[in-house]
Amino acid sequence: MTATTTAPPAALPVRAPTRPPARLRAWATRAPLLPALIFMIVVTQLPFVATLVISFFDWNALYPKARHFTGLDNYHQVLTDTDLRHSVWTTVLLTVAVVLASLVLGLLLALLLDRRFPGRGVVRTLLIAPFLVVPVAAALLWKHVLYNPEYGLFNGLLHYVGGPQPDWISHTPLLAVEASLVWQWTPFMMLILLAGLQSRDQQQIEAARVDGASDWQIFRHLTLPHLRRYLELGALLGSIYIVQNFDAVFTITSGGLGTANLPYTVYQSFYQAHENGLASAAGVLVVIGSIVIATFALRVVSSLFREEVSRA
Amino acid sequence: MSVLRRNGLGLVAWLLGILFFLPIAWMALTSLHSEADAATNPPSFGAALTLDGYREFFGTGGGASPWPALINSTVASVASTLFVLVLALPAAYALSIRRVRKWTDVLFFFLSTKMLPVVAGLLPIYLFAKNTGMLDNIWLLVILYTSMNLPIAVWMMQSFLAEVPVAVIEAARVDGARLPTVLTRVVAPIALPGIAATALICFIFSWNELLFARVLTGVVAETAPVFLTGFITSQGLFLAKVCAASLVISLPVLAAGFAAQDKLVQGLSLGAVK
Repeated sequence: MTATTTAPPAALPVRAPTRPPARLRAWATRAPLLPALIFMIVVTQLPFVATLVISFFDWNALYPKARHFTGLDNYHQVLTDTDLRHSVWTTVLLTVAVVLASLVLGLLLALLLDRRFPGRGVVRTLLIAPFLVVPVAAALLWKHVLYNPEYGLFNGLLHYVGGPQPDWISHTPLLAVEASLVWQWTPFMMLILLAGLQSRDQQQIEAARVDGASDWQIFRHLTLPHLRRYLELGALLGSIYIVQNFDAVFTITSGGLGTANLPYTVYQSFYQAHENGLASAAGVLVVIGSIVIATFALRVVSSLFREEVSRA
Repeated sequence: MSVLRRNGLGLVAWLLGILFFLPIAWMALTSLHSEADAATNPPSFGAALTLDGYREFFGTGGGASPWPALINSTVASVASTLFVLVLALPAAYALSIRRVRKWTDVLFFFLSTKMLPVVAGLLPIYLFAKNTGMLDNIWLLVILYTSMNLPIAVWMMQSFLAEVPVAVIEAARVDGARLPTVLTRVVAPIALPGIAATALICFIFSWNELLFARVLTGVVAETAPVFLTGFITSQGLFLAKVCAASLVISLPVLAAGFAAQDKLVQGLSLGAVK
């Protein structure tokens, strides 16, 4: 009895040198991951912690000696300042409008492209192109070449039909910014939804058709439920990118005419007004907003991801 | 009836495709007009073509040369993409082929950093750069663009490497192949198209970036998008030049985007959609 229980420990020292200990092997597996992980923590997480700390200070870069701790004062100021409150509202309006409009248009285009027709590949290429124009260039194109009241293409075309000659950016500044963004983001939504459409179960659709289901019934009861998660994914990823939009607002209106969104306001309050504390508090608020969206986004991505993993 | 409807919907698709492309086509046409013909109402569709807009843009007609900005953008985009590949490839290996414990948690940590808005860290990065003399230095942008694209690359490459069948790797191992051989002979050929697409997408995002470049660069390290912001305020007759500039600066993105077309969705959706 005692001989058998003491035997295994005696065997251990013999086996150990041929096989590295488990802890060492675990580190060897982890090693390739570490450079990327450490790099990300240093470059993205540390600055945010610094933003968080600065947001509790009254700190104008022009008066560095007057810097002092003020607790939640900056947040109070950001949330009560009418300009800043307005920029929160602008951010919400801009994001919701652009995401919804480009989702609806993208769905329409994806449904059209899901069918076979002559030149489908060419049309797909034409539709992707707006997404592949540098954002600042796209904004310049809309501002000067399309919207210009005197020689822009829109008023030029209206001229032919004898229509009015509106000053697009002055009359509807936010809509002008939104339209240019919808033009750029519709292809993004279309691509995601097209991938969703093409991952449908074709046999199921055939079966439904054999059973006499109409196109609308198939769309309503098979396609739409299948697309739901792709719609969610498009909406959430789109929101994450558009909440952060800076290029279009900066280029088309330079934040004027009530179009300043939060990223522009943060940029302006430290780059032009040198209000470091206020800018940081506004930045933290943008992050909180993004975390709310991101929590949903992560859930959607992870459910799609788990499906992929289990399918593999 | 159904033939008519199918063709009708194809026609609608064509019309919408042309409508979406119209601003780009018009931009291209305007860039080839003289400044006087570019700024007319009604538009002069059939005006004589000229390369004056391009000559103006490249600075041969006076004005600032765009070459420094184009070179800066190339350095920032190419260098950051290379760094991303160097960091992301081993990480993706540890998350797909030889997996670490809790690999999904690590993957989602990378994703969550992508959801942190740029403005969240902008001010401390600016203050850090100012105090260390890194302002207006293109390598600061290289580091920031690397961090901006690394999560996307890790996700994409993880999903491409996961497509390499484990059985093939095991078989090569059993046949006595060592790790470098397995990586170059077995894994690389299968994953290469995906790695190329990842690189192209990282290139696009770096080339397009404005906010960091605008805040952190000045005269020396100015990138192409910052150069374009010089056209924000109207300067008399300059439409052909703006169009030429926008088109030339968008050309690398258009080329990279069309080259990566098939994998574009997978990259943009962070690998969630295949």
